[in-house]
Amino acid sequence: MEKIVLPEIKNLHLIDVYEQNGGYTAVKKAFGQTPDDIIDQVKKSGLRGRGGAAFSAGLKWSFMPKTTDKPKYLCINGDESEPGSFKDRQIFEFNPHQLIEGILITAYAIQAKTTYVYIRGEYHKWIKLFQKALDDAYARGYVGEKMKETFGKEFLVDIYVHKGAGAYICGEESALMNSIEGKRGYPRVKPPFPAQNGLWGCPTTINNVETITNVPAIINKGWEWFSKIGEPKHPGTLLYGISGHVNKPGVYELPTGMLLTDLIYNYAGGVTGNKKILCVIPGGSSMPPLRGDQIEGVKMDAESLKAVGTSIGTAGIMVMDEDTDLVKVLARIAKFYYHESCGQCTPCREGTGWMVKILNRLVNGEGSTHDLDLLISVASNIEGNTICALGEAAAWPVRHMITRFRDYFEQRVKKEVVLPVANKVHSMRHTAFPLADIKE
Amino acid sequence: MEFKFTEENLKKIEEAVKKYPVKKAAVMPVLYIAQEQNGWISQEVIKEVASVLEMHAEDVLGVVTFYTMYHKKPAGKYHLQVCTNVSCMLRGANKIYDHVKDKLKISNGEVTDDNLFSLEEVECMGSCGTAPMIAVNEDFFENLDIQKVDQILESLNK
Repeated sequence: MEKIVLPEIKNLHLIDVYEQNGGYTAVKKAFGQTPDDIIDQVKKSGLRGRGGAAFSAGLKWSFMPKTTDKPKYLCINGDESEPGSFKDRQIFEFNPHQLIEGILITAYAIQAKTTYVYIRGEYHKWIKLFQKALDDAYARGYVGEKMKETFGKEFLVDIYVHKGAGAYICGEESALMNSIEGKRGYPRVKPPFPAQNGLWGCPTTINNVETITNVPAIINKGWEWFSKIGEPKHPGTLLYGISGHVNKPGVYELPTGMLLTDLIYNYAGGVTGNKKILCVIPGGSSMPPLRGDQIEGVKMDAESLKAVGTSIGTAGIMVMDEDTDLVKVLARIAKFYYHESCGQCTPCREGTGWMVKILNRLVNGEGSTHDLDLLISVASNIEGNTICALGEAAAWPVRHMITRFRDYFEQRVKKEVVLPVANKVHSMRHTAFPLADIKE
Repeated sequence: MEFKFTEENLKKIEEAVKKYPVKKAAVMPVLYIAQEQNGWISQEVIKEVASVLEMHAEDVLGVVTFYTMYHKKPAGKYHLQVCTNVSCMLRGANKIYDHVKDKLKISNGEVTDDNLFSLEEVECMGSCGTAPMIAVNEDFFENLDIQKVDQILESLNK
């Protein structure tokens, strides 16, 4: 199978090697066509976003206004902070020029003159690697002022790297824009959507790193070719990141619609110690987990995963063997969202903290079955009641883990309800009166 | 202690500001430059950043407190960041984290007496496929076990 995003070519990260392998020809081809042609091809190719929502990339671009006095912006989302995802760093390291070429084509398609590549701050090494590639591309005249000479076209674009500083929420597109604007990374209320009101109030498109890296191949080889790879409704390849209890964890580029079992047993070398699988999270920690006995026959693409009650997310597959303490895992996931909640919306800010407290009670063996229902109730009250999707991301793992592993969790808590909250209030009232009595 | 940017860093700031249509947008890169010079973000640093970028000091403070990578207090010479999120946890990150704590006799957010090490339990660093991991300042050390952690700590102690 041919690889699109991470081809196995030695030293492809070097601009010379990239050029020798047909690099920067797609952008030349694209500049010979109209922006609408490009959008049309990407739409027809069926390319869907690789950052989690799996939204049609071409359709997203078509939302950008055609006539406007304001400057237009393109943002590339390389915040990659979802636990279980480690794919974009491979692109920064091994194929940065294809990302740059993808940016040039995308910027041309939406007529953006400035692009910000948002890379998470912890990726110091990968920021340096990408910046080096970008500097080389500037020096060869593929980006910036010299573009006119290189391509003989009036269109030019500047690409800047914006380094994050450790906030998961900045992977949310509107928080990402606030972060670029030099503000706290608070998600914005939508509508207005970024295509109308994005960076500094101007039309903006935000795409994931992996999505954009696919674009040059679509332009060069045609949308028909791309649309025939993998699952028809979610075509192309995915960078599957497999982690946890497997023998060969890592990133594997394969067509969409791979069998989950195939990925785990054949590509990732099976489960460590030949144990059974207890649980698999298929798309990064915010996606609903699957039971080990549910994964047979499950295909990895947006539609197939939706059918089994979970989601493709970033295709970060976390595998847990039969000896995993799921209560601890869930408590850790909840702690993550508690830490990363930006604090704007009360349900998320407070609810994530409550879930951590209750789950820690469970970890310490002090939980009750009542706590399980309480957790689901808190999760359900966060979901749908927040500005951004972090609410869902925090609620889904809790709600689905407990629902799908109810037997497991009930075994762990066994104890019946000891002291309902109402009794506590009642007993406090009682203590107030004797104190008054003593005074007399 | 008063804080002023060096001439060299002022030039870097000038370059950073050019990337954005609005001056204040450069606050994140400028804070990184300040942190590199001062080691951490003090009240004086915040005031200076605000004056350089013509912002309110409160807005700068808001940014500093929102993002975890700006040090709100001095860190050690080697800032150890141990990821304990799920993928690392499944591959023994908690043992590594406890080992580092025992060995350095500090807990989360603390600095050793000799100011050589500081420790932070961090969220997913994107090393899930090479877990568990520790980041020392800007460098990632991956596929760790207790032995390798000891080797890293020893080599830094020299």
